[in-house]
Amino acid sequence: MNALKKYLGIIWLLLAPAVIYFLIDRAIVHIDPAGKKDINNPVIWVIIIGIFTPIAIGLMIFGWYALKNEYSHLPQSSSEVE
Amino acid sequence: MNETISPKTIRSVIAASSVGTMIEWYDFYIFGMLAKTISTQFFPEGNATAALLSTLAIFAAGFIVRPFGALLFGRLGDLVGRKYTFLLTLVLMGGSTFLIGLVPGYKSIGIAAPLLVLLLRLIQGLALGGEYGGAATYVAEHAPVGKRGYYTSWIQTTATLGLFVALAVIMLVKLNMADTSFNEEWGGWRYPFWISIVLVAISVYIRLKMQESPLFAKLKMEGGTSSNPLKESFSHKGNFKMVLLALFGAVMGQGVIWYTGQFYAQSFLETKCSIEFEQSRTIMLWAIAFATPFFLAFGWLSDKIGRKWIMMAGMLMGILTYRPIFNTFLKDSNIPNLLSDNPGAKSAENLELKTDSLVEQHALVTLKYQSAKWVLDDGTKFTELRTDTTRQGFDGFSSSKSPDKKPSFTNKHLSTSTYWKFVGLVFLLILYVTMVYGPIASFLVELFPTKIRYTSMSLPYHIGNGVFGGLVPFIGLLLTTTYPTDPLVGLWYPIGVAALCFVIGTIYLTNKIDKNVMD
Repeated sequence: MNALKKYLGIIWLLLAPAVIYFLIDRAIVHIDPAGKKDINNPVIWVIIIGIFTPIAIGLMIFGWYALKNEYSHLPQSSSEVE
Repeated sequence: MNETISPKTIRSVIAASSVGTMIEWYDFYIFGMLAKTISTQFFPEGNATAALLSTLAIFAAGFIVRPFGALLFGRLGDLVGRKYTFLLTLVLMGGSTFLIGLVPGYKSIGIAAPLLVLLLRLIQGLALGGEYGGAATYVAEHAPVGKRGYYTSWIQTTATLGLFVALAVIMLVKLNMADTSFNEEWGGWRYPFWISIVLVAISVYIRLKMQESPLFAKLKMEGGTSSNPLKESFSHKGNFKMVLLALFGAVMGQGVIWYTGQFYAQSFLETKCSIEFEQSRTIMLWAIAFATPFFLAFGWLSDKIGRKWIMMAGMLMGILTYRPIFNTFLKDSNIPNLLSDNPGAKSAENLELKTDSLVEQHALVTLKYQSAKWVLDDGTKFTELRTDTTRQGFDGFSSSKSPDKKPSFTNKHLSTSTYWKFVGLVFLLILYVTMVYGPIASFLVELFPTKIRYTSMSLPYHIGNGVFGGLVPFIGLLLTTTYPTDPLVGLWYPIGVAALCFVIGTIYLTNKIDKNVMD
């Protein structure tokens, strides 16, 4: 199981930039000042990409920790967390 | 320590925390549910600034401000204590909700109206971000070992009950007055906002009588509280990796299951299935009423068998059954299907709404807009809207009639059996919500140490719910626009996020219950 946890880390590392690429690509396709739908609104895309970028970076860090075997043993008490 | 707390005290702790949190959810939801009326009053069409403010009010409050509220009030809760922090969030939420109900419309005070509403909405988002972590932590830190899941599951009922109360209050007000009286500047849509101040006053009174969490009080007395909870939560690798695990292995999936079961389902019944206002609301109300006790049941069960597998099972059920369930909604409310099942169907009333004429090449084209009210043998009723076209050639001889091949059907009133079938299906969707959401407060509390618990658990919770859950309608619209032939395509977002979370949760999380949350 620990090997699986470790190597899946690579997937999480790659998934994060893929999500951001997908969002930026969709924003370029759908932003349309003449459009009336939410997905045509540039402000919404700025908010969403702005909030998703740190989350995606979080997913990359999660993947990095997984690759470094940080999740092979989960803490049993708070003293292990700190 | 916790074993010495009397059952009476525990009941008061649960009641004080739950009622306040439920009111906060009520306050937050009424804005979203009345968004259409609010936008006509405060954000009129054709004004670019008002449109920008409207977008910010709807999106920023949920996506950006909630996680910031989690950080701000989480920090405060770990520094000064749980009790005063969630008292403050309650006052802020109740006060801003009440004030939204008092802001004059755009017609009276111009651009100041949307600016004020935006400001108050942002305060609402901030307060909500701080409330949940405080209430869950407060109850968990009072709960005896072996009952933490059950006691905190009372807090977990509050979001759904807040939705229930919001739906019920709006429906009661709306059904007791004409649409024009409800929608006018100082009309009935303001009542749900005004009611909030009474609810909040009662809740503040109850909460003021409560004591500080015993674990936090002990920690403070011993000088063990954190001097910088934000830094400790997110810059210490040992803790930060648990914040990430909580987000990607549990809360992200919980957020999308929550929103799909309770919001997407309601919007789908109204917009895709065109079910009438009263029935679509009462379907939700019944389903919520039947499913709510299961928050407690799964919270209790999580004390016996662990939190992880109950949450993962809820996600898996959603992944496997969302498309069949939503497809049944579409199929059973599809009028051509119903007409073929009811050969004795009759059109009770046929009204001509209006006629338009236009000149095309060599012909006068007349568009006749008609509506017909239908009643079927099984009790189904609906309104058919059709536009028939007649072309009369200028030569005086040629003419053709083209009946509308794709009439639209609105205001569908389901037969009794279909109505209850839909209640059953929505109940299933909310049952999945109870599985993922019932045990999650105790799961999060057990993941983090007392001195940074409020901060550490609040952020992943509000990113999971506010961002991943809150994006369900937007991404649904994005997918529907990109792939317009599949009406269920919007479901791939919650299914995908839940599947990712299911894989991460299954592989990385432990099912072990941390008996000691006093450290």
